[in-house]
Amino acid sequence: MKLSDKAEEILEALWIESEENGHGYAELDQMEFAPSDPAYQELSSQALVEIKGGRIYFRPEGREEGRKTIRRHRLAERLMMDVLNIRGESGDIKACQFEHLLNEGVDIKVCTMLNHPSTCPHGKPIPAGDCCEEARKTGDLGVVPLTEFNSGEEGDIAYIQTEDSKKMQKLMAMGVLPGNRITLLQSFPSYIFRVGFSEFAIDSAMAREIFVRR
Amino acid sequence: MALFKKKGSCHETPSVASSGARKVALVGNPNVGKSVLFNALTGAYVTVSNYPGTSVEVSRGNTVINGEQFEIIDTPGMYSVLPITEEERVAREILLNERPYLVLHVLDARNLERMLPMTLQLIEAELPVVLVVNIMDEAARMGLEIDIALLSERLGIPVIGAATAKKVGLPEIREAISKGTAAAACRFSYSKSLEADLGQISGLLKGEYMLSRKAISILLLQGDKEVAELARGAEGEGYPAIEAVVKEKRFERRESLHLDLSMERKRVVKGVLDGAFKAPAKRVVTLAEKISRLTVRPATGVPLLLIVLYFGLYKFVGDFGAGTLVDLLEEKGFKEFFNPWITGVVKHFVPWEMIQELFIGEYGIITLGIRYAVGIILPIVATFFLFFSMLEDSGYFPRLALLVDRLFKTLGLTGRAVIPMVLGFGCDTMATMVTRTLETVRERVIATLLLALAIPCSAQLGVILALLSKAPGALLVWSLCLLLIFLFIGLLAAKVLPGETPMFYMEIPPMRLPQLSNVLTKTYTRMQWYFMEILPLFVLASVLLWLGKITNFFETMVRALSPVMASLGLPKEVAVAFIFGFFRRDYGAAGLYDLQSHGLLNPRQLTVAAVTLTLFIPCVAQFLIMKKERGWKTAFAIGFFVSALAFGSGWMLNRFLLFTSIL
Repeated sequence: MKLSDKAEEILEALWIESEENGHGYAELDQMEFAPSDPAYQELSSQALVEIKGGRIYFRPEGREEGRKTIRRHRLAERLMMDVLNIRGESGDIKACQFEHLLNEGVDIKVCTMLNHPSTCPHGKPIPAGDCCEEARKTGDLGVVPLTEFNSGEEGDIAYIQTEDSKKMQKLMAMGVLPGNRITLLQSFPSYIFRVGFSEFAIDSAMAREIFVRR
Repeated sequence: MALFKKKGSCHETPSVASSGARKVALVGNPNVGKSVLFNALTGAYVTVSNYPGTSVEVSRGNTVINGEQFEIIDTPGMYSVLPITEEERVAREILLNERPYLVLHVLDARNLERMLPMTLQLIEAELPVVLVVNIMDEAARMGLEIDIALLSERLGIPVIGAATAKKVGLPEIREAISKGTAAAACRFSYSKSLEADLGQISGLLKGEYMLSRKAISILLLQGDKEVAELARGAEGEGYPAIEAVVKEKRFERRESLHLDLSMERKRVVKGVLDGAFKAPAKRVVTLAEKISRLTVRPATGVPLLLIVLYFGLYKFVGDFGAGTLVDLLEEKGFKEFFNPWITGVVKHFVPWEMIQELFIGEYGIITLGIRYAVGIILPIVATFFLFFSMLEDSGYFPRLALLVDRLFKTLGLTGRAVIPMVLGFGCDTMATMVTRTLETVRERVIATLLLALAIPCSAQLGVILALLSKAPGALLVWSLCLLLIFLFIGLLAAKVLPGETPMFYMEIPPMRLPQLSNVLTKTYTRMQWYFMEILPLFVLASVLLWLGKITNFFETMVRALSPVMASLGLPKEVAVAFIFGFFRRDYGAAGLYDLQSHGLLNPRQLTVAAVTLTLFIPCVAQFLIMKKERGWKTAFAIGFFVSALAFGSGWMLNRFLLFTSIL
């Protein structure tokens, strides 16, 4: 049964608090919605969460549901940024509305279109779906930002994603062009990469904008 | 990175007396050896001036080949004919406005593939281009094979293989300049649809341009505002129709014009290089690359940096420059020989005691001004600039920049700012000038503030190190104080000043062994600039101090400052050092040195005075440059803030030291 938008948002908040921050639960009075909200009733009646002692816990099915919900949310964020180029606050708001439409297989399509991304625009992990596992098995590792590369790893530049067209021109004039071979030499304290016989240093903000195919 | 290739005057002067000499423009990416070629061609007759209306420097020099005179112009580094930075804009202005008789495109043999697209742009603009494939020696060492003749045939222009640093290829380049070349004819074409669009625009162009109509069409399509203005003027009534077509095509290609063009050029370059450029299957890793790796890995890079600082700054500049050389010049040269002699001479010729004082008195022009400038400052600054030029030519700075970028980001700066910051340890005035190479105004303001506040210049550093080394612990307290204030004010400035820190990207040129002649030339020109800047100020300071002494104004000032000194727990004589310090900070520090040698200061007072004086208002020269570079409002704001902070910190440090009685 499809959950209400509010219930999905509660699952997301609980996922972050319980799983990502490692608390194992979330304090009810710190949730966005008041403890009296009927959405909690909805969740506990479907045996997804458990509320005791002012805290809210996942039940096993609930954890799986939370995982999927957070995945849809972050996929929506990526979609807003990578494809529709809506960024910042308005991107976040649109993503919040959009995520609720990404069920019944739409998420797989979006995930495949985005090439199975592993992080959201804010750098948080996107839990892998079946489609991601599948892609990994068949060796289609897809296009990732340079920040995902390990030192010493080689790949081809797929595209450059930047709002600043001047910066894009500069990068292209320096030889950072789609199709060129790129080797990441180092990723800390700055990213150092080699294209042809030249080396360049960039910061992580810039490295996030260069997409490479492994 | 050539920051101060040849520092002449900063005034906007017209070019070298170039009575109709034919102009040869050197163009190309940064770090391809353009300046070395320029120096080799022109020798000593060089002027460096700001390009009119900009802060970008352009070097010009004359050369005579086969009896004919040519004016060589070293243009700022450019990556593309479509300019992004101010340097690139200036470089293109020169191509557009100065009608060069010959354009020498210099590129790095190792990076032919990356740099040839600009050659294509120059060819397509139908300029008289000669290609110089430089650094062939390094390329050969890496196992690269380049067929110069084939390149020339495919491109349809003269191509010369060279290694200018080793003087290889120079005769051929001279010959090519003497012979000249016809305007290049474009032999390649882009995709059909792109060519069709370009044809449609260039078909409408009727005006006369320095660049071919095809090149103008491309630049219009790329949205180049300056070229659009040029076309508006040249086309007159026909312009609106052209503008309409350009707009339409720009809209059609809005998604990917820049990318398409780059990809098309890449395709053409691939064709040109096919069989003419062979790289070994296995990459040859050179020693320079191995060293380079060591400098950029934090685990080895940071210790290496400390070693460089220890031997370069502490041992070479500090011990040798500020110690051995100063002893030799100041103690032996001036105090034992020159001063007694000149005192005798002056006393012999000038009967009036007051005038004698002006030259050889306590604050005399010769016994104080010249002695400080030549005896103390000169050796310190000379050793520092030698060290700095060595680092610069070795290619170490970009590596240092990427190491500190993360740290500098928290101070609102990017790694690029490391160059003015390091230079500041030599001369804050010069460093303040270099802050103009930073990308945003915000970054420039923060860098200017930090330089004015917490970076002591080499002269001051030398004197202060000598001073504090006599009181154990004082040096540590002083360095900790400065470091804390540097970080704290940087963090604060990054929070308070509006705007964002720009992204950091930098090409890392290969490491190389600095060439002695280049290093010496750079050091010499910097020294020359520095000396011209400070000597008049030293003399002026001496005169003012002398005036102050004979009119008793000086006494009044010292008395007025004594409550301030008392609140810092300092004897009133220290006020003299602060008044000195306004003329030059090291002057002030040297004043402290005198006081200390008379036993007037205990370690606590010494430390407080040294910290306050280091933070205290920059020297007059730095203040003037601040005003010139940042405007008087910012300069005064910074000046005021720095003075307040200096005395505030001094007061707090004094309280702290009294309370804890560490020293």
